[in-house]
Amino acid sequence: MTVELEMSPQEIKEKKPYLEWGLSEKEYDYIAQKLLGRLPNYTETGLFAVMWSEHCSYKKSKAVLREFPNKNARVLQGPGEGAGIIDIGDGQGIVFKAESHNHPSAVEPYAGAATGVGGIIRDIFSMGARPIALLDSLHFGEIKDSRTKYLINEVVAGIGGYGNCMGIPTVGGEMTFDECYADNPLVNAMCVGIIEQSEMQKGQAKGVGNAVMYVGAKTGRDGIHGATFASTDFSDEKETQRSAVQVGDPFMEKLLLEACLLLTSKHQDWLVGIQDMGAAGLVSSSCEMASKAGSGMTLDLDNVPQREDGMSAYEIMLSESQERMLLCVRAGFEKQVQELFHNFGLDAVVIGRVTEEKNYLLRHRGEIVTDIPVTSLTDDVLEESSREKKPARMLAQSRKPAWHPGKLVVAATLRKMLQQPTIASKKSFTETYDSQVRTNTVVGPGSDAAVIRIRQTNKAIAITTDGNGRLVYLDPFVGGKIAVLEAATNLVASGATPLAITDCLNFGDPNDPEVYWELHQAVKGMAAACRQLDTPVISGNVSLYNESNGTAIYPTPMVGMVGLLTDVHQYLTPTVKQVGSQLFLVGETGNDFAGTEIQKMLTGQLSGSLNDFSLTTTVQRLAKLLQANQAGLLESAHDLSEGGLAVALVEMTLHSQLGLSLAVPFAGEQLFSETPGRFVVSVAPQKVAAFKQLLGTDAVLLGEVTAKRELALKYQDGTAVLDLEEAKKLWEEAIPCLMKSKD
Amino acid sequence: MKIAIIVFPGSNCDVDLFEALHSVCGATAQYVSYQEKSLAGFDAVMIPGGFSYGDYLRCGAIARFSNIMPEVVRFAAAGKPVLGICNGFQILTEAGLLPGALKRNNGLKFICKTTALTVENNETPFTNQYQAKEKIYLPIAHADGSYYAQKDVLAQLEAKHQVVFRYADENPNGSLNDIAGIINETGNVLGMMPHPERAVEALLGNVDGLRVFTALLAGNGYQKEAIR
Repeated sequence: MTVELEMSPQEIKEKKPYLEWGLSEKEYDYIAQKLLGRLPNYTETGLFAVMWSEHCSYKKSKAVLREFPNKNARVLQGPGEGAGIIDIGDGQGIVFKAESHNHPSAVEPYAGAATGVGGIIRDIFSMGARPIALLDSLHFGEIKDSRTKYLINEVVAGIGGYGNCMGIPTVGGEMTFDECYADNPLVNAMCVGIIEQSEMQKGQAKGVGNAVMYVGAKTGRDGIHGATFASTDFSDEKETQRSAVQVGDPFMEKLLLEACLLLTSKHQDWLVGIQDMGAAGLVSSSCEMASKAGSGMTLDLDNVPQREDGMSAYEIMLSESQERMLLCVRAGFEKQVQELFHNFGLDAVVIGRVTEEKNYLLRHRGEIVTDIPVTSLTDDVLEESSREKKPARMLAQSRKPAWHPGKLVVAATLRKMLQQPTIASKKSFTETYDSQVRTNTVVGPGSDAAVIRIRQTNKAIAITTDGNGRLVYLDPFVGGKIAVLEAATNLVASGATPLAITDCLNFGDPNDPEVYWELHQAVKGMAAACRQLDTPVISGNVSLYNESNGTAIYPTPMVGMVGLLTDVHQYLTPTVKQVGSQLFLVGETGNDFAGTEIQKMLTGQLSGSLNDFSLTTTVQRLAKLLQANQAGLLESAHDLSEGGLAVALVEMTLHSQLGLSLAVPFAGEQLFSETPGRFVVSVAPQKVAAFKQLLGTDAVLLGEVTAKRELALKYQDGTAVLDLEEAKKLWEEAIPCLMKSKD
Repeated sequence: MKIAIIVFPGSNCDVDLFEALHSVCGATAQYVSYQEKSLAGFDAVMIPGGFSYGDYLRCGAIARFSNIMPEVVRFAAAGKPVLGICNGFQILTEAGLLPGALKRNNGLKFICKTTALTVENNETPFTNQYQAKEKIYLPIAHADGSYYAQKDVLAQLEAKHQVVFRYADENPNGSLNDIAGIINETGNVLGMMPHPERAVEALLGNVDGLRVFTALLAGNGYQKEAIR
């Protein structure tokens, strides 16, 4: 075993290895001159490099993130901890967060996706919550080459492999396909947990003399510099990045989950704080726990359980080995904690203590390898102001006339559209996820939102993830508004009142002023919608540098939203229920074709500007629909998104044996318009009067549910009839067929 | 009637089984750790689904060496009812309480969906509330559910009516003879890949699994009226 000789502080200054770790010369000089007053050694430089990476410090995005509302009466925990928490009454809270694992999934899709799921689950149970649901927002290239098929298969397998074994149902999410994601797929995982408010935990290390305990899997050399890795863009020359992807072990995490929840629920008197060792592993968890409590900390790295020989302090601190947690345990209870974890077959070792001095002191092999102020890693990060510039493409677009599809053969267009991968059935993927374990899944994958019953209450929560990069690409501000609104409409269509959101902001290289402008505008749009809906942003993450060989993805903010049903029995699905029920379109339809599925399908590209819309009017409409549902007036509801009204109507019949006979008050092509904030609902005949009275002019009668298995449509300039069994077959078989096809 | 739910490291349908028995059927159920060595005081044993020991080595292969398993074997030998669901079925085959083995699905993927089943034998303590040849729907959720046994074993299973559930409309995993569940020769140890505990509440859209539990409970003096 040879141990690589580490550079001396002087050599570091001269050879500048930190540049490769993501630290700039300016930052290095600031650390040496202003923060430490000396040259940092090898380990210290490594710690600064990861802690000051965008992934850990948000140094570039912080200024923008401040624009998000993150408080209201329901918010029990906002951003800053492992996950956010909202109050759902009865002394209970819902804990949730989403996180991106884009870069690891591009390099090693199975392990990247699996550890993305594993990481977000740990964030939830580090708060003291029982994870109850998983969702995934996935964006891939077009299904046309073997590389993309490989990425899709492996990412889906990784998600299922981890979640299924953990016994946490994967209940929903989304999957879209666009060429911009071909080399840089987006893999965003969201986890939702439930907590007794009396058991809420914090990631803090306070109380001088209290123990810092390491629990869970041993530390290896995997994932070193993962956080830094996620903060640069890809290029073909950097094939060596593979070593930065971690490997997951869901069985280990299941044990860790049960042990941690036993500790947080039954032995709170032993525990001071708990935090997941996620990105930047031991260093970020330990210094953040100390920093949040205003404490100092010493760690003895020789005590860290290791599965490889000869690891350096640098490697131990930066390893991103999975399934590990850091605890702060009240002095005197170390033995008890150790015993609890040993019962689950897990390591639990005291590796340090909370100290009075405010420094972060690491010992390794009899030497002090790090001695720096705690806050220098966490609070002193140089925030970077970024230049912003409206993208040239937007200026060019705004001068062009709006794209319009012209007159369409509606039935043929609709048949083709049902086979577009973004619209077609994802069952062949979602069927590989256990969506039912824990037996609380009232509505699983494939609906507008998942609905999960809360046991021992009459309540349920509804959960959705939404992101539409195409719209944000054309207009980040309006697109950002739509991203949040789309999530809210999905919840309302499921019968739930929107409560709060989490997000993953997937963007390109923020050093590009156009990308930064997109980020800023999207956040402004999202924040505006969140304020109007009173759905604060309680957690989230930022994934920048989503570029491959200089080409950025569409700016793709993913919104994960949670809503509440006070009576689980009021849940709604899109499926029509009985012959004779009346179908209503709620919300006005305009000529919104820019960035739509119809535009992509017919022209192969996106162009145009988005029409802005009134959030006030739309949110009022949502409130009315909720009121209608609570009054028991709705049989089913569906929000209109990709493919517009035409696709929504077919979707409402897919899981029934029924048909529709309708007349729409506009032109055929407008059936494919994607004006945001609209719904179709079905209302039983005896409830129609009450429904009309409540919705007024917001709702337009389209027609009724029939026993004939066809969609019969009259529109201003024609008629169309679609055989629904045939349509269902096309919709179901499109993706399996593409996945099987030869390149 | 007191039912033991055996919990192994990695079991994850234990809670679902408990809720089905306790909250839905109003029965007395209790978790029993794999480390325990006694089943004294229990009238039935259920081994839940999940990923005992992470499915490492082979599904159920490590779990069967747990402290509790010799006791489960004795319990079964005494003629008392034992039910293994999904991973529980795999463990029962590994422990030799049921013949054959569960192989990787022929599609090689984990599948979670509702499957149609035929009740092939309605004269067991678990199925006597179903009609003969009744078609029911239960969810499956497994990657390794393809039942395999040698020809003579299969022939014997068929001859002695030990096939209790058979996949009806389609065979989702490549099981020989479409087998979804089998019982031992003495008729007290049932293993099945589908999850009856996931189909006991109308709210979740399916109650076809309920009678597996109520049949067992009824056979032991349980009052059907007690079902909530």
